[in-house]
Amino acid sequence: MKRIITLSSRKLVDTVKHGGCGACQTSCQSACKTSCGVANQKCENTLNR
Amino acid sequence: MIHQYKLNGYNIVLDTYSGSVHVVDELAYDIIGLYEHASSDKITTLMLEKYQTNPEITEVEIQETLTDIQELINHGQLFTEDEFSDLSIDLRNRKTYVKALCFNVAHTCNLSCDYCFASQGKYNGDRAIMSFDVGKRAIDFLIENSGHHRNLDIDFFGGEPLMAWNVVKQIVSYARSKEKEYHKKFRFTFTTNGMLLNKKVTEFLNEEMDNVVLSLDGRKEVHDRLRRTVNGKGSYDHIVPKFQEFIKNRGEKEYYVRGTYTHDNVDFTNDIFHIADLGFDKLSMEPVICNPKEPYALTEEDLPEIYNQYEILAKEMIARNENGKKFTFYHYMLDLSEGPCIQKRISGCGSGTEYLAVTPWGELFPCHQFVGDEEFSMGNIWDGITKPEIQAQFKASNCYSKPECQNCWAKLYCSGGCPANSLHATGSINGTFEFSCDIFRKRVECSMMVKVAESIGEMEI
Repeated sequence: MKRIITLSSRKLVDTVKHGGCGACQTSCQSACKTSCGVANQKCENTLNR
Repeated sequence: MIHQYKLNGYNIVLDTYSGSVHVVDELAYDIIGLYEHASSDKITTLMLEKYQTNPEITEVEIQETLTDIQELINHGQLFTEDEFSDLSIDLRNRKTYVKALCFNVAHTCNLSCDYCFASQGKYNGDRAIMSFDVGKRAIDFLIENSGHHRNLDIDFFGGEPLMAWNVVKQIVSYARSKEKEYHKKFRFTFTTNGMLLNKKVTEFLNEEMDNVVLSLDGRKEVHDRLRRTVNGKGSYDHIVPKFQEFIKNRGEKEYYVRGTYTHDNVDFTNDIFHIADLGFDKLSMEPVICNPKEPYALTEEDLPEIYNQYEILAKEMIARNENGKKFTFYHYMLDLSEGPCIQKRISGCGSGTEYLAVTPWGELFPCHQFVGDEEFSMGNIWDGITKPEIQAQFKASNCYSKPECQNCWAKLYCSGGCPANSLHATGSINGTFEFSCDIFRKRVECSMMVKVAESIGEMEI
């Protein structure tokens, strides 16, 4: 596309099938302790990649 | 739902429900802004009028851009409909298992930080150190209630957990002894103010802890203003050399230097850059959460400068990436292609369900932020969850259950926010702490811009 660059190819709907395994860390474990952000969490399920 | 914004010369469009991020030129940016509200003919007329002095913008160009936008819609990457509301109901009804415990091993501290949410480690109660018997039983409780989860996370927290050093070592050793038998993998995190760090402690933490969080607020005068010993002496000079030595021996293992900013240092990027210049490269800086009446509490009037600071941080990170002085910032660690699944994005931090806090006496709370609030005492490690109604409240609370989140473009990045912050600000875990939301949205915008800059840079190479 001439005027649009799409950076992320994976769609959230594609993660439904293998999602929710819970292998990832809970959000507050890492470094915040006072806020909830999930988007910066690592996915540890290779089926979702 | 989409969110479009301009930052640092980039025109960015986020498609909320697909998670797609697009970088577009001016024409595409304008057309996307009009797309849902105007016909193609109307858009063409408006664009020809707006760009009449630009000979490159012709009717054909506009039509081609409209076609590209339609193609993205057809591929589910733009103006995507919300397909997750049923899933959010399923998640509320799901069976959950505990996979992480915050071990409050020390309800006491060797610092007396003014802003401490844990009231200088005491959590509004008595001082205490967890016994090994309680720690051992807490490990057993976690294994018994972890179901299918193989990775079990334990966070040593306080107060200052180094004041419970011997019991920490015993708990780690006990947990390790159970891994093989129960097919579990324990991952430990340790949060410390650094006052008691020494060679032996460093060796142990670097061997056993998957992550270590080191508390440092930044510049000496900022850090020492609020992070003082019980005698009122600043702690900066004592801990910084210890942290530097610690990191030298850390290798590639994860750590964060984590600070808190307040009304007294709204120019907090100077603290982040100071920490980076001390040689640390994995950083986190959080807004203070406290009673609004405190003199250091952040105010609505601080917001414009806070926004500005997050932009400064993003731009500086891009610059330092290019000149080899790269550092990571916890809230800017977006993974646009392999980030968390939608279930995680809806169900959130897991407090009260998959993540609990255990006190030195073995009492269970939804997370460390609720410890000491008797209304949220959920049970104990011997009897388990005795108040399932509290757990049910937490399980049901997410970005789909909060009315204020429905039209928020960032809801799948925060899952509805921190329940403890909501409680403190609104009186309910289902409330919305708008001030925190404003900051969160700004951070997402900035972090996305950093990712855009990195991606575009790679494309140019």
